[in-house]
Amino acid sequence: MTDPRGFAMAAFLRGARHSLPFFLVILPFGMLFGVLGTEAGLTMAEVVAFSLTVFAGAAQFAALQMMQDQAPVWAILATAMAVNLRLMMYSVALTPHLGAAPLGIRAIIAYFLVDQSFAVSVAEYTRRPGMTLPEKTAYFFGAVLPVMAMWFAANIAGARMGQAIPPEYGLDFALPITFLAMVGPMLRSRADVAAAVVSVLGTLALIRLPYGTGLLVAAALAMAAGVLVETLTRAKDTA
Amino acid sequence: MTVDKSVLWTVIPAMAIGTYLIRFSFLGFLGATPLPGWLRRALRYTAVAVLPGLVAPAVLWPAATGGSPDPARLAAACATLIAGLATRSVLPSLAAGVATLFAVQALVS
Repeated sequence: MTDPRGFAMAAFLRGARHSLPFFLVILPFGMLFGVLGTEAGLTMAEVVAFSLTVFAGAAQFAALQMMQDQAPVWAILATAMAVNLRLMMYSVALTPHLGAAPLGIRAIIAYFLVDQSFAVSVAEYTRRPGMTLPEKTAYFFGAVLPVMAMWFAANIAGARMGQAIPPEYGLDFALPITFLAMVGPMLRSRADVAAAVVSVLGTLALIRLPYGTGLLVAAALAMAAGVLVETLTRAKDTA
Repeated sequence: MTVDKSVLWTVIPAMAIGTYLIRFSFLGFLGATPLPGWLRRALRYTAVAVLPGLVAPAVLWPAATGGSPDPARLAAACATLIAGLATRSVLPSLAAGVATLFAVQALVS
């Protein structure tokens, strides 16, 4: 198999295989977004349009909650963008690997840049440093394909279910539980915990500010707290 | 509460464009521009800095109970976090939270 297209195809399939296990997380979250979206009054078309154009689960959940709380539009957008800033880190980290691809291809890669495709791709590029650019690109697209297919299928299934669930069923707490379930596993270091604690205390202390404003101030403070604790921890480790 | 459609159709396109630009940023046009170290470090904390604050008021003062603290929701929030810290995995956390919510609700009523 010396045909470069054969290698690219093999990389594509490997990517798809490596991201298949994500169905465990993506199916329930995708369905939940469909259910909660329809509970919030969105039609199935609106749920799908939201997912199709934004394609960033955590930010979509955050925006959904804030729209239901009647937050001002600027605060919703600022919060959603803050949640999505981590994608900029992914964009930085992928540039050494995929930055040489043609602009059109990079434009498509950018749309498909999500937590899962980023995580498996960077792991694979590190594991196999000899990969060529076409192989790396093919692997990335292979890795995102199952994620995307499962996310949209789950959205549609969830929206169907949501239309069948009566609104009084007490789904109000599904969103908070969803966010907490995402946060728990993210708390890997003392710096993460410090950021989370400052985020909570800051938001509660600033609750009297116009809706959403306190959260943004608290988030900025929390990021600073994370960096500070990380720097202090590192200084102590090297001392 | 249902979402206002004019708000929804302002938020969706704006979020779509903003999110895309964030993703495209370095891959697309900033390429080799080095990111200052402090910024790179700060970006790592965006999710843990936003999501906990976003849920805190809903956990302490849920709208469903008219804003007064509710034992079932507090217990469910704690169970979700503890399961997340213990298992390092999202799904068991979700399951622990939902199970606790229903269990305490059933006990109280």
